[in-house]
This record gives sequence, C-alpha cells and structure tokens, in this order.
Amino acid sequence: MAAVTAHQTTQKTLGTANAAGGAGSTAAAGETDAPAADHLAAFDAAVAADERIEPRDWMPDAYRATLIRQMAQHAHSEIIGMQPEANWITRAPSLRRKAILMAKVQDEAGHGLYLYSAAETLGTSREELLDKLHAGRQRYSSIFNYPTLTWADVGAIGWLVDGAAITNQVPLCRCSYGPYARAMVRICKEESFHQRQGYELLLALSRGTEAQHAMAQDAVNRWWWPSLMMFGPPDDASSHSEQSMAWKIKRHSNDELRRRFVDICVPQAEALGLELPDPDIRWNEELGGHDFGAIDWSEFQEVLKGNGPCNDQRISQRRRAHEEGAWVRDAAAAYAAKHAPAQTSPRTPASASASAQTSASAQHVEETA
Amino acid sequence: MSAALALGDDALVLSHRLGEWAGHAPVLEEEVALANIALDLLGQARVLLSLVGDEDELAYLREERAFRNLQLVEQPNGDFAHTIARQLYFSVYQHLLYERLAAGDGEFAGLAAKAVKEVAYHRDHAEQWVLRLGDGTEESHGRMQSGLDTLWRFTGEMFQPVEGLDSPESGVDWQVLESSWLAAVTDVVERATLTVPAGPRSGGWAAGAGRQGLHTEPFGRMIAEMQHLHRSHPGASW
Ligand SMILES: [Fe+2]
Ligand SMILES: [Fe+2]
Repeated sequence: MAAVTAHQTTQKTLGTANAAGGAGSTAAAGETDAPAADHLAAFDAAVAADERIEPRDWMPDAYRATLIRQMAQHAHSEIIGMQPEANWITRAPSLRRKAILMAKVQDEAGHGLYLYSAAETLGTSREELLDKLHAGRQRYSSIFNYPTLTWADVGAIGWLVDGAAITNQVPLCRCSYGPYARAMVRICKEESFHQRQGYELLLALSRGTEAQHAMAQDAVNRWWWPSLMMFGPPDDASSHSEQSMAWKIKRHSNDELRRRFVDICVPQAEALGLELPDPDIRWNEELGGHDFGAIDWSEFQEVLKGNGPCNDQRISQRRRAHEEGAWVRDAAAAYAAKHAPAQTSPRTPASASASAQTSASAQHVEETA
Repeated sequence: MSAALALGDDALVLSHRLGEWAGHAPVLEEEVALANIALDLLGQARVLLSLVGDEDELAYLREERAFRNLQLVEQPNGDFAHTIARQLYFSVYQHLLYERLAAGDGEFAGLAAKAVKEVAYHRDHAEQWVLRLGDGTEESHGRMQSGLDTLWRFTGEMFQPVEGLDSPESGVDWQVLESSWLAAVTDVVERATLTVPAGPRSGGWAAGAGRQGLHTEPFGRMIAEMQHLHRSHPGASW
C-alpha cells in the first residue's frame, strides 16, 4: 500500500501541527487550547484545499472514527461478498467462466486486503475489525444477504452490484483521506472489469436458449431493487451524510448516486434485451434523467436488522472459517516467533507472497477470456 | 493424446478442489494464494485439454471412468493441513516432471516451460506451509502429520509412466523422478520436524488406477457438482 506518496505535500500544509500532535493524537473533546485550534484550522484548510489527509497528519477524532467505520464496512463487504459468488465456482458451466469467476472472487479478497491495510493506517487492526464483524458490531453491505439461486445471479451481481459499487466508489478515489483514496483507485479498476464481465455473462444468457434468457431475466428481477438500496437510505433519512460531505469523505448524496446508477442501467438493460422490473421507469426531459418507482424501504430495514434471506448464513460461514482457521494462524505466528526472534514477526502468514500475487488475477482473466 | 489428458485432468481436478476453498480459507492471504494456484492450474488444464479436443466437452461431458487424473488430486480438501499435504505431494511431483518436460524437446516442452514458473510458486507455497504447520504448534504439527499420513498411499501412482511420456525422447526417467521426489519431500518433511509416513505408497488398496479411469468415491460427487449445470442445458453456450 503506497501510503506515503502524497504525504509530504500535506505535511507542509499542516506543518507544526503535525510535529506537535503526532500520529493518532487524541485531543480531548471540547479542548480549546491554542494547539488544538491550530490543528483543526490546518485540517480544515487542507480539506478545503482538496489536499489529502495522511496517516501522520492530525485529524479530528470523529473524522478518524467515521473513516474507520466506513472503511471497515467496506472491507467486510468485500470479504462477505465473496460468498454468494463463490457459491457458483464449482458449478460454473464453462471453463472460461470458471476462470473469470475464480479470478473475480480472488479480486474481492484482494480488495479486502487493501482496505484492511488502509484502515490500519488509522490505528486499528484487521484482527480488531474482524472481531467486530463477527460479533455483529460492524456491518457489511446488505446486498450480500440475498442468495445466488442460479448461474445468472453471478452475471446480475457483476452487472448490477459491482456496477452500483463503482458508482458509489469512483467518487471515493477523491476522498480526503489519502490511503483510502489510493486503495479505491486500484479497486475501482478491478470493479469495472467485474461489471463488464457480469454484463457479458448476462448478454450470453439473454441471447442464448429460452431457458437461459428466462434465467437472466429472473436474476435481474431479483437483484434490481436490492441494488438500488445499495446507495443507502434516501437523503432525508441518511444519518451520516452531511458531516461526511463536509469532510469530503463523501462527495455526492445517496439519491444523487442512485439516480446516476439508474441512468446508466436503463440503456444497458435495453442492450441486454432484459427488462428492469419497474414499470415506473421513464425519461424525465426536465431533469435530464430517469424517474423510477418507489423503493420498499421496509425491506431494506428488515435486511439491515438481520432478517434478510442470508444474514445468518453469511455471518455464520465467516465466523466458522475464522474459527476453523485459528489453529493455522496460531501455527504461523508460533513458527514466525521461533524462526525470526530478532525481527518483528509478520502479523499474518504469507502476506508478502500472497499480496505479490494479487494483481495476477486480472492477467489470468485477460489470458483466458 | 493420453498424456495431455492425464496431465490436463490432474490440473483440472486439483483446480476444482482448490476452488472449493473460496470463502473458507483460514486467513485472507490464503484466499488469494489458493485462488491463484487454482487459476494457474485451470489455465494449464485448458491448454492441455485443448490439445485433445473441446475443453468444455472434455470437462463437462465425460463420465467419471473417462477421467485420467491421479487419485491424489481428487481427494477432498479436509482441513487446511490436509490440503497442504496434497499440495506438497502434487506440486513437488509436477514441478520435477515439468522441469524435465521443459528440458526435453517433446511436444509438451513449450507449455511445460511456461507452467514450470507457476508450479515453482505452488511448490514454494506448499513447502512454506508444511514448515509452518509442522514446526508451529502442537496442534498444527499433529494435523500436518495426519494429512501427510492419510494421503501417502496415493503417492505411488504418480510414478507410473504416463502413456506417451514413457519413451526416452520425452525427457522423463520415471525412476529418477520418483527418487528425486522422495528426496525432496523427505527434506521438507524432516525440516518441518515431521516424519515421512511409513505405509505403502501403492499396491493392494493403495492408489494406482486413476490413470486408467478408476477413481475414488468422492470423485463421482465432485464431477456431479461440476457438470450439473452444463449438462442441464444440452448444446447451450455460456
Ligand atoms: Fe471488490
Ligand atoms: Fe467486484
């Protein structure tokens, strides 16, 4: 993770504030002495000037907490999101599709890795965040609480879910926090691969046999509304938005991004020869965009509360993998302690070799697609 | 073309088994690493099977008895140590075999030369884990030993000369291959403070028939799952 590249410019701006505060300095809430006010002024100025905040820069506690919450949720979504698609790896109907799907699921694991690393620059650890996920104290995207019932769901996830993720995440490449923004640049490139591959999978089905076409339409029918919910509650009900916008963690409102997504999908659905399951979608000349039907927010709330079709299944599998892997992680730690007592032992096994391999997946797909 | 089928099926089947780990690995780095190995093997399988015919027809429409893979690679994943034992036995074999094929001037020299770099990484991955698990905790030591022991009886089959690779021109001397394999595996196992298993490696009920299309019970279920969707839509393209 290139967490230092843009550091120096910001460092200059924040100047002495940094030297005084240091990493992770936690000015007590309500503190009003001069240095704290200087810190805040420098921070606000950096954000206002669209400069990147870097790990060693002073930042308000609430900014740090908001970022940790958001980045953790994002990282958790990447790794939980592996499950619905991994569900089809062993049944992929051609070797080419199998290679594409395995590479995609691998990419999501890689995204989890970058994001946990980026979150660690804020003074937390992957272990801590995973513990919170497993204890139900941090969330992941509710979209992954829906099941993948047919092969076409793999395509619908790529097209709609990765598509919605891109719409959400492209603005995050300009997020005020440097490590997050840089992780997002890399992730968005791969997500757009996923979106195109999903679209292409659905196109093959849509133009295939009658049964394949029906399979594709059924998948789109089931994934469309949950995908729209991925942008979060409507603006008038969103609790975190305003402050995040001010901090330039977020740059567009939920509703704005949702509309943008619908505008992207409508012509793509047409090109796919598939229908979006919303009779109220129509072009609005005045707005220069599409109107669409009302979202069933009660369903969203239910899934959020844990009552979606797969909430228990997803979190149980995650916990089980973690618990069943405990002896492996313990062994790696014990081995590292025995064999490299002088060095700081790597926190997780094989991290160097594995992350060096991460970028290989796109190549695999390129070669095999 | 039975050699391409044998080597292609090894890669196809092991790739499938490794793909079953997705979402279940003990640590995120291993999600990436195991998928990476699975992808390498799938890529090799596609090249090899395409030498024989249509890759999808071969993967999805053959009956169990027509597969030519080693029984070793079809064995279920078990725990992580079990998977690593399978990886060690197979990747050392594949690495040594592909090195020889790459050095020869037979028909597989080109693809072996390309694959040998990937396989060297698979071997290193397996060896590093055998060391960590063998010399890690008491529990991991026990699990690693048990994985090595359980799969030992499937290793003899690897050194039955593959039809088409049994002539001197192929570059493979199967007896030398076997002794090199045994030396390499022994070295890693002992460095990991583990013991080389004592049981038979072939003969009797030990493995020795995968190359002739005789497989073990778990394999039927594995390909049933693999082939189901493809077979449910005869003639469809994906
Ligand atoms: Fe992702
Ligand atoms: Fe993705």
